[in-house]
Amino acid sequence: MKHIINCLVENQPGVLARIVGLISGRGYNIETLNVGPTEDPTVSKMTIVVPGDAHVIAQVTHQLSKQVDVIEVVDMTNRRHLDRELLLVRVATQNHHARAEIVDLAALFMARVVAVQEESVTIQMVGNQETVADFLRLLRPYTIIDISRTGVIAVGREAVERPAKR
Amino acid sequence: MKANTATDKATDSVPTLKTGAQCVIDGLVKAGCEVLFGYPGGAVLDIFNALYDAPFQFVLARHEQGAVHMADGYARATGKPGCCLVTSGPGATNTVTGLATACMDGIPLVCVCGQVALNMIGNDAFQEADVIGITRPVTKHNFLVRDVDELPDIIARAFYIATTGKPGPVVIDLPKNIQKQKTASVPPETVTMRAYHPDVPVNPPEIAQFAELINHASRPLLYVGGGVIAGNASDELAALAHTANIPVCTTLMGLGAFPEDDPLALRMVGMHGSVAANYAVDHCDLLISAGARFDDRVTGKVSAFASKAKIVHIDIDRSSIGKSVRTDLGVQGYLVPVLQAVLPFVKPAEHTEWLEQVNRWKERFPFVYPAPEGVLMPQFVIEQIYAVSKGRAVITTDVGQNQMWATQFYRYTRPRTFISSGGLGTMGFGLPASIGVQFGRKGEPVVCITGDGGVQMNFQELVVAVEHRLPIVVVILNNGYLGMVRQWQELFYSKRYSGVMLSQHGRLPNEHVEDAPAYLPDFVKMAEAHGARTCRVTNPGEVAAALSEAFAHPATWVIECIVSPEANVYPMIPPGQHVAEMINRTV
Ligand SMILES: Cc1ncc(C[n+]2csc(CCOP(=O)(O)OP(=O)(O)O)c2C)c(N)n1
Repeated sequence: MKHIINCLVENQPGVLARIVGLISGRGYNIETLNVGPTEDPTVSKMTIVVPGDAHVIAQVTHQLSKQVDVIEVVDMTNRRHLDRELLLVRVATQNHHARAEIVDLAALFMARVVAVQEESVTIQMVGNQETVADFLRLLRPYTIIDISRTGVIAVGREAVERPAKR
Repeated sequence: MKANTATDKATDSVPTLKTGAQCVIDGLVKAGCEVLFGYPGGAVLDIFNALYDAPFQFVLARHEQGAVHMADGYARATGKPGCCLVTSGPGATNTVTGLATACMDGIPLVCVCGQVALNMIGNDAFQEADVIGITRPVTKHNFLVRDVDELPDIIARAFYIATTGKPGPVVIDLPKNIQKQKTASVPPETVTMRAYHPDVPVNPPEIAQFAELINHASRPLLYVGGGVIAGNASDELAALAHTANIPVCTTLMGLGAFPEDDPLALRMVGMHGSVAANYAVDHCDLLISAGARFDDRVTGKVSAFASKAKIVHIDIDRSSIGKSVRTDLGVQGYLVPVLQAVLPFVKPAEHTEWLEQVNRWKERFPFVYPAPEGVLMPQFVIEQIYAVSKGRAVITTDVGQNQMWATQFYRYTRPRTFISSGGLGTMGFGLPASIGVQFGRKGEPVVCITGDGGVQMNFQELVVAVEHRLPIVVVILNNGYLGMVRQWQELFYSKRYSGVMLSQHGRLPNEHVEDAPAYLPDFVKMAEAHGARTCRVTNPGEVAAALSEAFAHPATWVIECIVSPEANVYPMIPPGQHVAEMINRTV
């Protein structure tokens, strides 16, 4: 199962490399990774999606918590949370017909057409991982020219008992 | 992370400016450094210049790996952090094995590495290496200093991180230009870090559960690791064992944490541990792990390990708990407060039947070895070291058979008297570590037990012992082979001895050195060339005399023992297997 792990870290050079090295060095996989600033300029938030069983995830969270530059680690998966990913996808539109279908499909997913060329449309979509996957599946009959995905970010829907780091 | 600059603090007096290099010396002094091990080079010239007037001793190793092992040996023997200083590039990369050794065993070290000037970093400058990147997986933490004003704070943090929680090595990568710059910053009075909180309060419900498990067990067993030594918890451990009559086995790293002459001692557990310890693990109904981490050399087949037992795991490192084996109760914390908290709830118990059972195993299966008349057996040499030193020596070992025999045929009764590379199993550790040990434990006998393979990995450090008049006795068990590897080839690869031959015996003609003695290099001549006293022993009758001579004439000694070439370490539980598969050929 995939887990979404949110991690507050000191905003310092080298911290990203340390986190990535820690996870990959122990043979675990990172599916997506996002880093961004927080309201406190000295703190960054990382959202890491790691596939693995309970044992793997426990190891990842404990190993992360142990790092000197890691302030807090929260496994969002078992908490009430919102997660979102941004997708930009450019799809070929061989004819007027295909374009209409793709635009319809996008509308069903509340995705927006952000650019239109003679032979393609570019769509922007925001959703959780499943919705993005569903949308991409339905686009499969068309020719996808290019895809960029941000990977997941997540935020809790209720207060986290602090400190998660012990 | 900008440190308080002294300009905030010393508003009413003129701030004294110090160079970065001087900050390093002052930081080491403040941390209580008595001896710094290291090696100079272009990127640390300013620090060496400041070192000229330093109030502590500097010891020049002959290889940076040696310097780190010395600092490591010092730390293991004293419990204080070891300190080392090396130059950039090759100096720093030479420390990697030493850092990894210390990291695996949780040994507190601070290693300052010179670096090229900040503006040169990333340019492939002369003697530049990405030391932060290279050392990241083999340190507890590392720092690249970017601003001289932060340096005093970083040094204080480095020592704080190295010595608290689960200890470990910390690297400070210090660019050359920063060593020259001046700062008014002063070290902080106390270190506080937002993201690092090594204090773990005792959790009363966990303690209650723990006591409950102890009080209900009929066949309890303590399984003790290096954490008891690192946490100075031997007294509390002994109190727990004696209150409830719980037998105690230790890991390699835990040797000395509980006196091996105590009736409750089962000695070492694991691949080459005692039969009694391994049987006890297999039969116990409660396994209490104190500061041990269920290494695969201990557990063998994990699914069958302690299969009849509930497992309690006490560890300061949360990530160790449940990492390798199922755990019924994890107790995170420092051992002293945890054991002190549980003791009042532990009911005295006799466990008569269990202890009788355990004692029968002990009597029936002591460590023994075949001793053909007139043949010098390596195990016999260790027994003689024990006898002649009256068990009072601090033993360092290298890695391989010599290390395992040192665990089996010497008895450790005090913490910090068995010094060995456990987790990483680093050949070449023993000799330099013994130098660090002796600096930390002046006046105590130190014996380095090593092999003819491993001793060649850092032989150059012998001269350091000689120069500093260290009365270390280096005992080389020369079996002409990379013995432990040969043993595996004998047992598991049909005796196809591949790449393990050190002596001239049986070498291919094109590798055979004409007119040379069978044993090359000649360790006695090497020892002489380094200025050490030395002798070669070839039969059992000479061992005690040679050792007595060495102990009676304090000097650096190298005693080469030409031992039986194909002796094996038994018992042996083959890797990944259960105690039932134990091989125990004693005759
Ligand atoms: C640096 C390093 N390289 C390789 C090994 C693998 N290894 C483990 S034991 C051993 C043989 C050691 O031979 P020797 O030093 O002669 O000691 P003996 O086993 O004969 O006592 C080797 C090569 C190691 N532990 N460390």
